[in-house]
Amino acid sequence: MNLDFSQIVPYIPFMLEGIWVTLKFVFFAIILGAILGTILALFKIGSIKPLRWFADAYTSIFRGTPLILQLMIIYYSIPQLTGYDISPFLSAILAFGLNSSAYISEIIRAGIQAVDKGQMEAAQALGIPYRAMMKDIILPQALKNILPALMNEFITLTKESAIVSTIGYLDLMRRAQVVGSDLFRNFEPLLFVGLIYWCLVMGLTVLGRLFERRLKLSD
Amino acid sequence: MIKVEKLYKKFGSNEVLKDISTEIKKGEVVSIIGPSGSGKSTFLRCLNLLETPTSGSVIVNGQDLSGPKKDIQKIRQQIGMVFQHFHLFPHLTVLENLTYAPMKVKGEKKALAEEKARTLLKRVGLSDKEKAYPSSLSGGQKQRVAIARALAMEPELMLFDEPTSALDPEMVKEVLEVMKDLAKSGMTMAVVTHEMGFAREVADRVIFLDHGVLVEDGQPIEFFNSPKTERARDFLEKVL
Ligand SMILES: Nc1ncnc2c1ncn2[C@@H]1O[C@H](COP(=O)(O)OP(=O)(O)OP(=O)(O)O)[C@@H](O)[C@H]1O
Ligand SMILES: [Mg+2]
Repeated sequence: MNLDFSQIVPYIPFMLEGIWVTLKFVFFAIILGAILGTILALFKIGSIKPLRWFADAYTSIFRGTPLILQLMIIYYSIPQLTGYDISPFLSAILAFGLNSSAYISEIIRAGIQAVDKGQMEAAQALGIPYRAMMKDIILPQALKNILPALMNEFITLTKESAIVSTIGYLDLMRRAQVVGSDLFRNFEPLLFVGLIYWCLVMGLTVLGRLFERRLKLSD
Repeated sequence: MIKVEKLYKKFGSNEVLKDISTEIKKGEVVSIIGPSGSGKSTFLRCLNLLETPTSGSVIVNGQDLSGPKKDIQKIRQQIGMVFQHFHLFPHLTVLENLTYAPMKVKGEKKALAEEKARTLLKRVGLSDKEKAYPSSLSGGQKQRVAIARALAMEPELMLFDEPTSALDPEMVKEVLEVMKDLAKSGMTMAVVTHEMGFAREVADRVIFLDHGVLVEDGQPIEFFNSPKTERARDFLEKVL
């Protein structure tokens, strides 16, 4: 066995910094995804055909192609087409945000459709306008179905975020590779960040469970 | 108050209502009865456009509901509806359930809406529950809140779709009492019900539907004591 973890010790602060770098873009991406996802979901359940069609097509495209491809297209095509030199950070937020909005829109659509139809009928019978009904009656109830699934999406995103290393964004994964080529040893730093990813995902999972329990209690 | 002319309703190829014409006058209490699947709920839901009639017209206070869609919300404000399964808003307190629509739809001030809501809660005997959430109420209490919620919009007509069918037997009475009170106060009511007692004692008129056809339309005494049609006789034999 040729394993020597002592050599990565000097690089540990550098790699730990990657946690923050990773979480930072995942956080912005999920916010972008949630906002776009909500809008797309409203398109999907609405009665305006072109918008529904657009949202379905959007979802189909972003779910039907590899995320890494979407990332590359954004990172390389924006400078080529517009001359704007987009940063890896911004590309990562865009790619992950746009991609997750497709998944989140499905989560939200399902969450809304799981609300008892009677709620909508009761609101209609009272003469409540569509917007107010959605905002004050339907969405607050849908949130209970949506939040746990959203937490899952957050976890998936954190894990998949490692592919931004391919465009040179200095996230956890990329840092492991940098350390690896510095030391001419790849296994130890990879194992180390692997452990960090696992801790992050477990941490988010536990957080999600606590959150769900809180929701159940407030019922 | 409300006039129905040659009303037809199809779901796909399934013709659920066939050529229904009738009228509900101001202050009248009409019971709608008939076997399961005969189209009672569909008929009621056509009156406030929760279902869109396939053809024919529904005219409320002179306004034709089959006209342009713009005024549906206005007309719905004049028509309260009570459902079999209550459909209270579970994330709002009892008081908020009553005040939400008047504030949102009619622009009532909070203080006024709450004052009216409290009066209504007193009327249905639930003054002590204003801060409770629907999930903590019994079925009978929920239905009384649902009636109060509909009344909070000060409708001219109240629709009830089997308001007691989802209740435990011991809770049926408290809801029927509230409805009887309402009838006495002069409210115009259309009530789909399996409570023949209510239809006989409280209703001014009984409408009997069978397979989507309006078979009988008349005084409760006549209907229950000497039904004119074979179908009504069969039905009454089964339920009485
Ligand atoms: N949204 C719908 N889509 C398709 N068919 C429907 C729909 N609503 C009702 N129907 C059909 O219309 C017919 C009449 O239904 P409706 O609910 O009006 O009967 P009902 O007299 O209220 O019966 P019950 O006493 O069981 O409530 C039934 O055959 C039912 O299957
Ligand atoms: Mg019914």
